[in-house]
Amino acid sequence: MPTKVIVDCSTGETSIVELTAEEIAELEASRIAAEDQRQAAEVEAAAKAEAKAALLDKLGITEDEAKLLLS
Amino acid sequence: MATTYTLIASSTVGSGGVSSIDFNSIPSTYTDLKLVLSLRGNVASIDDYVNIRFNTSSGANYSNRYLQGDGSNSGAAASGSFTSQTYNYAFQISGGNSTASTFGNVELYIPNYLSSTNKPSLSFGAAETNGTVFNNRQIALNAGLWNQTAAITSINLSVGSSTLWVQYSSAYLYGISNA
Repeated sequence: MPTKVIVDCSTGETSIVELTAEEIAELEASRIAAEDQRQAAEVEAAAKAEAKAALLDKLGITEDEAKLLLS
Repeated sequence: MATTYTLIASSTVGSGGVSSIDFNSIPSTYTDLKLVLSLRGNVASIDDYVNIRFNTSSGANYSNRYLQGDGSNSGAAASGSFTSQTYNYAFQISGGNSTASTFGNVELYIPNYLSSTNKPSLSFGAAETNGTVFNNRQIALNAGLWNQTAAITSINLSVGSSTLWVQYSSAYLYGISNA
C-alpha cells in the first residue's frame, strides 16, 4: 500500500500513513493525464522535426545554414 | 540582526519511499514560505514533476504557466500553461532513468501565504544534465496560482508520474519574515 509522510509543523512530529483509496485514485488519474500529455508532446515534436527536415531538404541547406539566415 | 529565515520543518524519505510528503499545521507567524526540495521519482523516465496542493484543496483551483529548457537540442525549450487544475505543479524532478543517485532540485516560493487573496507561487527547478533522450527537460520556471483566499496551513507534495519519491528525497519548509 502506498504511503505518505506527514510532518506536523507545530510539534515537529513525523508519521507515515497509508494513502486513502481516494488519494490513490486521484494520483493515478493525474499520472494517466500526464502520460497522455507527454505522448501528445512527443508526437507533436516528432512531426515538427520531420517537417523541418523535409523543408531543409527541399531548400538544400543545413540546419546551421538556416540558423545563419535567421540570425 | 533579525532572524528572517527560519526552518519550520523538514523530511527525508526513508527506505521504501513514499508517495507524498505533507506539511501540516504550518504556523501563521511568518510572511512568506519557501520550500526547498530534492526529489527523485521512480518513473521510467528522465524527468518528473511534483503535484502540489494547499490545505488539501482538491477543486480545479490551480493554474500554472511554465518555461522549460530541453536538453535534447541546444537552445530548445518548451512553454505552456494549465488552467483549472486540481494540483499546482513544480518541475524539474529527476525520474528513475536519470543518472543514478541524482535528484532534481526545486525551490518554491510562496509570498503572503496568510493573505486573504489568491496565492501566487514561483518555482525554479533543475535536474541532472547527462541525459540526451527526448523530453529531457532540465531546467524549469513555473508561475503557479491557487485561487483561494484561505491562509495556507498545509502543503502536500505528491508524486507526479512516479508512484514513489525514492529514499533520500527531501523537503525543507522555511518561514520568511519581513522583519
